[in-house]
Amino acid sequence: MDNKRIYLDHAATTPVAKEVFEAMLPYFSERYGNASSLHSFGQEAKDALEESRERIAKRMNSGAEEIIFTSGGTESNNLALKGIAARKGKGHIITSKIEHASILAPCRELVNQGFSVTYLDVDEYGLVDPGDVAGALREDTILVSIGHANNEVGTVQDIGEIGKITREKGVLLHTDACQSFTKEELDVKKQCLDLVSINAHKIHGPKGVGALYIREGVKIIPQSQGGEHEKNIRAGTENVAGIVGFAKAAEITGGKQVGYMKGLRDQLIKGVLSGVEGVRLNGHPEKRLCNNANYGFEGIEGEALLLRLDMRGVACSTGSACSSRSLMPSHVLLALGLKPEECHGSLRATLGMENTKEEIDYAIQAIKEEVSNLRGISPFWKRKQ
Amino acid sequence: MYSKEVMEHFMHPRNVGELADADAVGEVGNPVCGDIMWIYIKVKGDRLADVKFKTLGCAAAIATSSKVTELAKGMTIDEALELSNKQIVESLGGLPPVKVHCSVLAVDGLKEAIYDYLKKNGRPVSEKLVREHERINSEKCETGEHSHNGK
Repeated sequence: MDNKRIYLDHAATTPVAKEVFEAMLPYFSERYGNASSLHSFGQEAKDALEESRERIAKRMNSGAEEIIFTSGGTESNNLALKGIAARKGKGHIITSKIEHASILAPCRELVNQGFSVTYLDVDEYGLVDPGDVAGALREDTILVSIGHANNEVGTVQDIGEIGKITREKGVLLHTDACQSFTKEELDVKKQCLDLVSINAHKIHGPKGVGALYIREGVKIIPQSQGGEHEKNIRAGTENVAGIVGFAKAAEITGGKQVGYMKGLRDQLIKGVLSGVEGVRLNGHPEKRLCNNANYGFEGIEGEALLLRLDMRGVACSTGSACSSRSLMPSHVLLALGLKPEECHGSLRATLGMENTKEEIDYAIQAIKEEVSNLRGISPFWKRKQ
Repeated sequence: MYSKEVMEHFMHPRNVGELADADAVGEVGNPVCGDIMWIYIKVKGDRLADVKFKTLGCAAAIATSSKVTELAKGMTIDEALELSNKQIVESLGGLPPVKVHCSVLAVDGLKEAIYDYLKKNGRPVSEKLVREHERINSEKCETGEHSHNGK
């Protein structure tokens, strides 16, 4: 085996792009000022911070003053949910069963505090029916939080349709757009969004930086205190280098790359579905992220497949119970209606703009061979035939 | 996360396959839980002349199956019944705590094969083995909730 390494786990994180890295560099040892300082060092940092804010705002058609920088998607989601809940004091929240843990865990916490939460079902492809959102709205509903695109199966929600409903009823809508940012259309005005979580490291930016869009006029209670940073909403010295990198990443991703990644994704999906028996595609056939492929293989277990592929240099991920500390299968796959035994054989491959057609060919071949090798060990596969 | 020995047995499992002329087979695990192991044995006299396996499961499940067949092959029935999951874990250079249940399943598969063999051949089954057989069957999980080893 050669030493080829192919990274197909971009939904977990992405490599920092060269341009991003270079844009960040001066902000470590040259322009290292604290953006809150009044001297020239501080003002340099402040300028970079505000310029970055404008560049990021542009990518979602928001005002720069509506962008609050955070440490990443998890903090943004926590701030949105807990910040709105604290402001309202009581009430009802609507979310879905396939949200990221950084939505579901705060929801559980809010239930403990006396809020009520409705977890909407999704269809077999992972789509939330906007009609279900309308149907779940109550007099006391304070917030709807539906992720724009799912991190595991890549299903993209019709967030604009949901936005029309919530805006008409005067209920706030939050969306976690960490997976979709710069890949799918995001326009806070057109889609009637009130709060949006995004982060840098899913779009070839650095880890540890994200943002929350908060529509002007929406009041939120800070979840960290001790400074006047970020309009008093998020205390703490801003990560200027990270934020500069984030803005650069937001500018250089998307566009033509989306079509390129779609081509690779379709190659990856078709190559495996046509070359392997007993496999299904998890997620929506069309309404899916340009970089997501998620398969369910019968007769094998995902962690074993992941490790076999890793030994061949192909890095993927799985929703199998065996790969999680809790030994519970993915809540997303279960919500799609998969049986636990079907979840165990799942494999997620998420590609990036730096992958090539040749790499995808190699990955398809490796998947075919390792699925076949593992089925050779499996009693379940033979019994099926 | 896995030791070198676990990865070695996972990538190059020993004794994979079915025994066409097996004297008995132990089937343990459940697809809902994610691990299924079938252990085949061929008995000559009092010894396990051959042991093979087929497993659907994670790397630890495959490695522990491979290890248990390797250790049991050539043992007498009584020796094989004394094999503990701890021995499997130790000879694999350790397992992550959350994967220790795989070694229990591997040893259970072997026990079930021997139980099956003794029953089929009208040979005496010790009280201890009967109790083990009952425990193994009671632990076969029926739902997505995991019951093995409290994890």
